[in-house]
Amino acid sequence: MTTKSFGERVARVEDERFLRGRGRYLDDLAPDALHVAVLRSPHAHARILDIDVDPVLDLDGVVAVYTYDDLTGAMAEPLPLLIPHPDLTHGRTQYALAKDEVNYVGEAIAMVVAADRYVAEDAVGRIGVAYEVLTPVVGLDAARAAEHLVHDDVPGNLAATSTQATGDARAAIGRAPHRLALDLDVERSACTPMEGRGTVAKWDTDNGRLEVWSSTQTSTGVRAAIAAKLGLDLSVVDVITPDVGGGFGVKVVHPWPEEVLVPMAAMALGRPVKFTEDRREHFVSAAHERAQQQHVEVGFDDEGRILGLDVEIWHDHGAYIPYGLIVPIITTTQLLGPYKPPVYSATFHSLYTNTVIVTPYRGAGRPQGVFAMERTMDAIAAYLGKDRTEVRAVNFIQPDEFPYDQGLIFQDGKPLVYDSGDFPQMLDKLKALVGWDEFASFRDQMRAEGRRVGIGIGCYVEGTGVGPYEGGHIQVETTGKVKVSTGLTTQGQGHQTAFAQIVADELGVRFEDVEVVTGDTRRMPYAVGTYASRAAVMSGSALALTARSVRRKAFELAAEALEANVDDLEIADGVISVKGAPGAQVALGTLAVLSNPLRYAFDEASKAATQFSVGDPDKVPVPEGTSPGLESRDFYSPPRSTFASGMHAVIVETDPETAEITILKYAVVHDCGRLINPMIVEGQIHGGVAQGVGGALYERMAYDEHGQLQNASFMDFLMPYVTEVPQTIDVDHLETPSPLNPLGIKGAGEAGVIPSAAVFASAIEDAEGLTITRMPISPSELYDLRRTRAGSDEAAVAAVEGDS
Amino acid sequence: MKPAPFSYVRPSTLDEALAVLAADPHAKVLAGGQSLVPLLSMRLAQPSTLVDINGLPELAYVRTDKDGVRIGALARHADVEADVDAWRAQPLLRQALRLVAHPTIRNRGTTLGSVVHADAAAEMPAVVSLLGGTVLVASVDGRRTIDAADLFAGPLESTLATKEVALELQVPALGARTGSAIDEVTRRHGDYALCGVAALVSVSEKGAIETVRASYLSVSLTPLVLDLSEAFADGTASEANLDAAVEIATAGVDPETDIHATADYRRHLAGVLTRRVVRDAYARAVAPDPEGAR
Amino acid sequence: MTRQPEVLAPDALHHVSFTVNGAAYEIDVPARRLLSDALRHDIGLTGTHVGCEHGVCGACTVLVDGRPMRACLLLAVSVQGASLTTVEGLTESGDRLGPVQQAFKECHGLQCGFCTPGFLTTITAGLRDNPDPTEEEAREMVAGNLCRCTGYQNIVKSVLRAAEIGREGGTAEAGGGEA
Repeated sequence: MTTKSFGERVARVEDERFLRGRGRYLDDLAPDALHVAVLRSPHAHARILDIDVDPVLDLDGVVAVYTYDDLTGAMAEPLPLLIPHPDLTHGRTQYALAKDEVNYVGEAIAMVVAADRYVAEDAVGRIGVAYEVLTPVVGLDAARAAEHLVHDDVPGNLAATSTQATGDARAAIGRAPHRLALDLDVERSACTPMEGRGTVAKWDTDNGRLEVWSSTQTSTGVRAAIAAKLGLDLSVVDVITPDVGGGFGVKVVHPWPEEVLVPMAAMALGRPVKFTEDRREHFVSAAHERAQQQHVEVGFDDEGRILGLDVEIWHDHGAYIPYGLIVPIITTTQLLGPYKPPVYSATFHSLYTNTVIVTPYRGAGRPQGVFAMERTMDAIAAYLGKDRTEVRAVNFIQPDEFPYDQGLIFQDGKPLVYDSGDFPQMLDKLKALVGWDEFASFRDQMRAEGRRVGIGIGCYVEGTGVGPYEGGHIQVETTGKVKVSTGLTTQGQGHQTAFAQIVADELGVRFEDVEVVTGDTRRMPYAVGTYASRAAVMSGSALALTARSVRRKAFELAAEALEANVDDLEIADGVISVKGAPGAQVALGTLAVLSNPLRYAFDEASKAATQFSVGDPDKVPVPEGTSPGLESRDFYSPPRSTFASGMHAVIVETDPETAEITILKYAVVHDCGRLINPMIVEGQIHGGVAQGVGGALYERMAYDEHGQLQNASFMDFLMPYVTEVPQTIDVDHLETPSPLNPLGIKGAGEAGVIPSAAVFASAIEDAEGLTITRMPISPSELYDLRRTRAGSDEAAVAAVEGDS
Repeated sequence: MKPAPFSYVRPSTLDEALAVLAADPHAKVLAGGQSLVPLLSMRLAQPSTLVDINGLPELAYVRTDKDGVRIGALARHADVEADVDAWRAQPLLRQALRLVAHPTIRNRGTTLGSVVHADAAAEMPAVVSLLGGTVLVASVDGRRTIDAADLFAGPLESTLATKEVALELQVPALGARTGSAIDEVTRRHGDYALCGVAALVSVSEKGAIETVRASYLSVSLTPLVLDLSEAFADGTASEANLDAAVEIATAGVDPETDIHATADYRRHLAGVLTRRVVRDAYARAVAPDPEGAR
Repeated sequence: MTRQPEVLAPDALHHVSFTVNGAAYEIDVPARRLLSDALRHDIGLTGTHVGCEHGVCGACTVLVDGRPMRACLLLAVSVQGASLTTVEGLTESGDRLGPVQQAFKECHGLQCGFCTPGFLTTITAGLRDNPDPTEEEAREMVAGNLCRCTGYQNIVKSVLRAAEIGREGGTAEAGGGEA
C-alpha cells in the first residue's frame, strides 16, 4: 500500500520556494509593467465639483490619467452588488472612479499610469480637485441618529433591516423566571494581510486575450467581473492568482476598482499595467469589519437554561455594501453557538457610515455573535451565582440531537442545521486543558502575591464549507506525474500540500508525484473562491471525488492491459497490480499513454499507444462515452454547510497599577472533523488566536469625527508582534466527522479568531470584577473602567423589570 | 508611499556638508534615517536636498573618559548600546537604548539623530535632558554647544538652525553614589511609550537620598525633567516619600489624550512609573557593587 | 570659503555599486529610490518583500554588512559600497536550504510566506550573535517582525530548531552550515 498521507503532519511543498525567496507574489510579476497610483478622497463626505488633471499631463513618465469621465459602458456603472438579498432594499455600491460624490476617505477618484510608482505618486499629487465638503456620518451612533445621511436617497442610513425568529421570543422571555438585558459594543478592525491588494494586466494583442493576475481570494469572480465590466467574452479573459501574501477575507471582495481599471488601462495602452497597493492605501481603501452595537434580552430558569433570547443588532457596513448582508446574517445565526434556546429572535439593521466598506474578515460576523452570546452566558452565571461552564453546559445541544435544526436560514440561503459535534465532551477537554477546576486555588495563590488574574471561556459553532460548489481536475501525465488543479485560491493555507495529500491517498500515488495548482482560470474555470473556511471541505471533497474517477478510469484501462478483472486490481505508489499475481502490473504513466490512442509517436513511451501497436483492431479507439487521456474533472456541491466548533479559555493577569493585560495561558479545543494535516490545522489555529488577541486587546480603526482614520499605519494600528501573543497555545482536537462530504472534514481556517473578544472579556471581567461590554479593551480603557465603575458597578447588564 | 524627488549629496568632508546646508535652507541631514525615511515615504517631509553624512566615517565613534561619554553623529544606537565603557560611565544610556524601537532599527538609527529629532515620545531626548547632556553642532559659521535644556523647542523641533549639523552628543558620567533607571509602558513591545520615566537618584555617603530627578516621555510637548528631591527630605525611600514624589510627578506632567491612551491614564502612569524607577535607581545608588547593579 | 560639492537635480541618476549575496551590482537610480525597490525592481531580487514601507513590519529586512536593517528605510544611494545579504543568499551550496530556512520548513514557521524573508534574515544574524538562545531570547530575536498568519508559535520554535541545526554543524541532511 502507498504510505497514507491524509491525517499526517506532512511538511509543506510550497515552503521550498517561499524559503528561497522564490515565491511569486503579485508585485514580483511583470517587471516591465507600467505602474498605477490612485488619487483617493481626502474627505469622508464631499461633492466633487471639478477635477483638473492638466498639471499631470506634462510630467515626464506619465502615460495616462483616468477619471470617471473616461469610463464608458459598464465601467461607468456602479460596481456590482455581489450578493443581493430580499431585505437589502437600499443597496449602494461605489463607482470604479468616483462620480460626483465621495463617501469615505480613500475612495478612488482618479488613476494615474506612469513609468514607475514614484512618478505615478508625483502625478497624483498634482491633480487638483475642488470639493464641496459635506457632513460625514461616522460611527453607529451617528448612523442611527440619521441627522445626516450618507446617501441622500437612503433614509435613516439604513440599507436593510432583517429579522429571523423561531417563535415569539419576547413572550418567552416575559414568561421566564429571570431576565437580563445587555448592551454591547464591538469596534472595527481589519484583516491587514502582510501583502496588500494588487493587480497586473496584460493585453495579448496577438491572441486577443486579456491576462490578469490578482492578489485575490476568487480568481473566477474577478474574471467574471472583468469580462462584464470591459464587455469581453469570458473565454478571452484569464485570471491567475499568484502566491498571495495573506487574505483573511478582504481579498474575496471583487472587483476592486483597480481590478477593473488596471485591465482597462492595459487594453487601452497596449502595455502591461500593475497596481500594487501600499500599506496606507490598504487601511483606507480596502475593507474593515466587526463594528456592531448589540442589545440582548434573555429569559432563563434557575439552572441558567435559556427560555427565550431576543437580539437586536446595529451593523456598521461603511459607505457602500458590495458584499450584501453576509456579515450580519452570520452574526445573528452563528450567535447561537452550541446552544439551543427554545425561542430565538434576531433583528439586524445594516447601516451606512462615511467610512471604509465592511466585508468579511476571518470569522465574518461570528466574533460579534459569539461575543453577544457568551457575554449573555457569563451574565446569567453571574446573576445566578453559578460557574460559567455549568450555565453553558445546561444549554448545550447534546451529541444525540444531531442533526440539529436551529430553525433559521444560514448565510448560504440554506437551513441552519448542525451536522455533528460533541459539545459536552469538548467542554470537559477544555476544562482539563486550561485547568478550570484548579483555577480558584491559582487565583488565591496569585492574590497572596498581590497579583490579579482571571479566567475566561468562549464557545462557538462555525458553519464552514458553504456551497455552491468547487471542482477538481486531475490529469495523469505520461511520466506518471499527477497534475491537479482546483479553482479556488490559496493565501497561505498550504493547499498545495493538503490537496496533494488527499489526491495521493485517493488515487494511490506517491505524495511527491502530485502537483497542485490553485486559482488559475486557465486550468479550472469553474470555481467560487476561498472564504468561509471552505477550501478544504469544498475543493478537498471535489478532488477526492475527482481522484476516485481517475482511479476508476485507470483501473478500467489496467484491467484491459493486464487482462484482469477490475475487482482483482490494487494500486500502490502509482502502480496498478493484480492482487496475488507478482509481476502483473502497470504504472499509471503507462496507462496515461494507453489512454490516448495515437497516430504519431513522439517518444519511446508514446510508441506504445500508436495505431499499429495497441488495441483490438475491431474496436473503436475511443469508444462512445469515454474520452482520451487519463484525467477527470469532477465537482462537489454540498446540500448545506458543515458545522465546526470550538471552545477557548484564557487566563489573563491584569496589572493592578498600570491596567496592562497579560496572557498567562491560552487553551483551545477544536473540532473540524477529520484532520487532513494536523500541523497545518494547528498553524491556522495559532494564527487565528493571534489575530483574535489583536482584535480583543490591540487593534481598532480609530476614526475621528471627520471620518479621518487616525491610525492608518502599522505604527498606530497595533498588530501584535510575538511579544503580544500567548507564549504557548495549548491545542486539543476533537474529531466528529461530517456526514456531508466524502472525507468527513469541516473547515478550520477562521476558527482561531472567533471567540477572542468573548473569551478575553470573560477573563478580564473575572479578574477585575467589572462588567465588560465593549471590545476591544486597552489598558487605558480598563483604567477608566476601574475609576468610573469603582465601588458601584453601574449595571451595564440590567436585570429586566419584573424579574422574579 | 514613495518619497518625493530630492537632490542628494554624500559629502566626503564635513566642510562640504556644511557648505551645502548653508546654501540650501530646505536641505536636511541624513544620518540613520530611521525616523526621516518614513516621513519621506509618506511625503510628510519633502526636503530639497538630503545631505548624507554616512560618508563621514570619522563621526562614527563612541568615546568614554572620566567625564562622560561622547557620541559621534554616525554612532548607531546598537554601537552605543554595546559599548561597555559607555555603559560603565553612564549606564542610563544602555538602559534606555534597549527600549528604543527594535534591534533592527537600532542597527541603523543614530543616537544623536534621535536626540535632535526632538520627539518627546522618544527615549533619548528625555535621557539627554535628565543627564544634562550637550550637543555639539557645526555650521559654516563655526561650532557651538547646545545644552539639553535649550535643545528642544517643540514637538519634533530642535533649536538647531537649518544650516547646522549635529556632530556630537556629550553626556556626563554617572555621578558617585548615583543610580539610574528607566521604565515605560508601551502598547506593544518596542512601540513609542504611552508614558516613560527615567530617574537619577543620588545618595550621601551614608546612603541618605540627596537628589532625585526624573525625566518624562510622552506626557509633554518637549522632554520634561522634574526635580523630585523635596519629596525625600528625610533621605529615605519610604512609601510616604514615594507617594509625595508621585504627587509631584502627576501634578507636573501635562499629557494629552490620543488614540492610544487618555491624558488621565498617562498622568496615572507617570505616577506609577515614577515610583518604580525612583525605587530602582535608589537601589542602584546604594548597591555595594554599583557596576553589578547596572 | 569651502568648496560646495555639486548638487545634482532631483531626477538625476546616481551610480551606485554594492554587492548582494556576493555578486557585484551597479545600478543607476534616482536619489529617492528606496533600497527595497532597488533590490526588487532594479536588480530583480524579489525575495525581499515590502509590507509597510514605514519600517514597522520587518518584511524587507536585509543584512547590510552583516547587520539586519529595514530595506524600506534605506535609500539605495546610501548603501554605496555595502555588502548586502537577502533571503536569496541564505541557501547553501547546491541550493540546499540554510539552517534557518530548514528549521522554518520543519517547524511550519510560515504560512503565506510574505513576511518570511525578513524573519529569515533577522534570525540568521541573530543566531550569529547568539548561537544558543533561550526561548525568551528566541522570542526577542523576532520581536521586531510582524507576521499575520502564524501567531508566531512556530516561528519561535523555528529559531530554536535553527540554532540546533547550526550547532549540529549545518542542515539536517548535510553539514557545512554557516549560521
